[in-house]
Amino acid sequence: MLTHNFISTVQLGIKNLLLHKLRSGLTILGIIFGVCSVISMLAIGEGASFEAQEAIKKLGSNNIILRSLKPPENQSESANANRSFEMSYGLSYDDGARLQATIPGIRRVLPMRIIRDNVRFGENVAACQVIGTLSFYPEIVTMDIVAGRFLTEIDEKHRNNVCVITLSLARKLFPYQNPLQHSIKIAAVYYQVVGIGRETNMPEQRTQAGEIEGETLDQFVYLPLSTARIRFGETIIRGQFPSLQFETVQLHQITVQMNDTDAVESADPQIKSLLDKFHSQNDFEMIVPLQLLRQAEQTKRIFNIVLGSIAAISLLVGGIGIMNIMLATVTERTREIGVRRALGAKKRDITMQFLVETIVLSVGGGVIGVIVGILVPFVVSHLAHMKTIVTFSSVFLAFGISGAIGIIFGIYPASTAAELDPIEALRHE
Amino acid sequence: MSNEVIIRIEGLEKKYILGEENIVRALAGVDLVVTAGSYVAIMGPSGSGKSTMLNLLGCLDRPTAGRYFLGGEDVSTMPDDDLSKARGKRIGFIFQSYNLIPQLTVIENIQVPLFYQGESLAESYDRCVELANMVGLGDRLEHRPTQLSGGQQQRVAIARSLANDPLMILADEPTGNLDSKTGTEVLEMIDRLNEGGKTIVLVTHDEKVAKRAHRVLHMKDGLIDREVIQKTVPGGAGRQSNSGLREINQATKPSDGALAGSANQSAH
Ligand SMILES: Nc1ncnc2c1ncn2[C@@H]1O[C@H](COP(=O)(O)OP(=O)(O)O)[C@@H](O)[C@H]1O
Ligand SMILES: [Mg+2]
Repeated sequence: MLTHNFISTVQLGIKNLLLHKLRSGLTILGIIFGVCSVISMLAIGEGASFEAQEAIKKLGSNNIILRSLKPPENQSESANANRSFEMSYGLSYDDGARLQATIPGIRRVLPMRIIRDNVRFGENVAACQVIGTLSFYPEIVTMDIVAGRFLTEIDEKHRNNVCVITLSLARKLFPYQNPLQHSIKIAAVYYQVVGIGRETNMPEQRTQAGEIEGETLDQFVYLPLSTARIRFGETIIRGQFPSLQFETVQLHQITVQMNDTDAVESADPQIKSLLDKFHSQNDFEMIVPLQLLRQAEQTKRIFNIVLGSIAAISLLVGGIGIMNIMLATVTERTREIGVRRALGAKKRDITMQFLVETIVLSVGGGVIGVIVGILVPFVVSHLAHMKTIVTFSSVFLAFGISGAIGIIFGIYPASTAAELDPIEALRHE
Repeated sequence: MSNEVIIRIEGLEKKYILGEENIVRALAGVDLVVTAGSYVAIMGPSGSGKSTMLNLLGCLDRPTAGRYFLGGEDVSTMPDDDLSKARGKRIGFIFQSYNLIPQLTVIENIQVPLFYQGESLAESYDRCVELANMVGLGDRLEHRPTQLSGGQQQRVAIARSLANDPLMILADEPTGNLDSKTGTEVLEMIDRLNEGGKTIVLVTHDEKVAKRAHRVLHMKDGLIDREVIQKTVPGGAGRQSNSGLREINQATKPSDGALAGSANQSAH
């Protein structure tokens, strides 16, 4: 009996709302926007942070990356601006050895020299980064060998003039030939191509070594570290006569692979203090992907709180809109309320009637909002190629809030209606 | 079988306190007994307390002093929910301005009192269709009040007042908004209800309307100033029922007679 009448009350509510389609539609819009914005903003935020976290994870959460930095120029140096000068900075072979020897929990230390240069094969020229490194590079940076092999310890020992090139570089230099049967030329020296690789990694980790344009990001030539050292020397000449700059850098990057994430955390300050002892200049930076990951998670949390507040405010505004309309409806239907009371309706019945109307409005808005809120991220991913993730919890949250708003903002108008004096209400014009 | 007492009021008073010194005694201690089957008209100048009286009788309000027994039960101090229940179960209202709910159809309007008695719309449908037939609006079930004339709307209101098979019907100027011809039709319908045994209390300004009642109460300054007994209430008229309506229907709309004849509200 109660449920029968509840259904009738809901039907009556829907009927009353449909009597004023435009008004109900406009009222519901606030909730639709609110719910839709909660879901789609959270989906976009979730997607963006997912991508950031994936990128950081690719750097290797067990790794600590050290990069050489050109120290900021001080007064005396800028005073000699038009004179040639020589500066020496950055990470050294000794740093690598010291780290390996003193820091507990280190699995491997991978030194790298990174030099920008042009590479030629016959008529074809391409800008690339020459990376001098050791044989276990692919294991730390996660690289697939597509053809041939990577550099070996023997190459390193004998300073062989061999190289591995990335797939995109191979395509550029060898449109028709098999690279493995040829040599490429960098600065007058020929290197036999022994392998083709593809980094599955993000290349950003090397942007510090010279400004790289987007297109050359994945054009690498890998040489044995020893070969790179003798062929390219350690001094790079920059600038134009007469203000030539001689920059001496031994290693551009050292990637320290730790045993596990715990070791990363304990080693982090130790590495810093060890290196600081030998680097009076501020000439290196330390990147701890694990920390970045934590920061990204923290950022995401803050982001979610901010988004959540914005969404909550928009839902609040929607709720106030509903309350406003319901108060107007109560005034408009005062006479009806009086009649219903005279015909036996209890205060509770009147409360129910108006509360149900508010809830139908807000839940209806919630349902439409959820649908639109799921569609918007879908469209955004397709048009803007951004990753979006609609989480179940955001849908649940948005829908729950819209229902709660119906109740919270419905109670006041509904009880106003119920508390009307039947006699006064009947007299109302 | 002596006539059952429907209304007994003793020293009924309603005061409105508007300020320190400004107290309005809308009712100043009224005593009244109305027996089953009576047709009572209340007359009097404006501000004499007629509406206040009717509101109290209709359990829409509580007196500030005195007692009111409705069908033997003291309703003068009932909590709000019980008053609602009393209205829903025992009282049928007919208003001057019909007071149908505009967004509901004829049949839905008639069903409203039963809805608040907990009857589902499906349960009350057949009975309410019968009532609509009785007032001659069986062919207008799905119409909205705005699509009906004033007289038709008031007939819907009469059907609605009968839906809960009330102890009495209270009517405040039921013909005030109607022309004399439709007004007479409505009054005749009320006469038939009374002939069928329903107790009627009616407020009016119109002597001709009051002529139809058994008793006329003339009010003045919140008191019953004078009472005129015009006819005697038919003694032992038995229980009230809506059967009187059948007669008008048979007179005016013979086609409805068969349907109305099956009314289940005739003698219990
Ligand atoms: N809600 C109210 N507040 C104050 N005074 C009221 C109220 N209702 C009625 N009155 C006063 O009570 C008296 C009787 O009113 P009412 O019963 O409406 O008279 P009638 O219906 O006979 O014209 C009048 O003086 C009126 O002003
Ligand atoms: Mg009055």
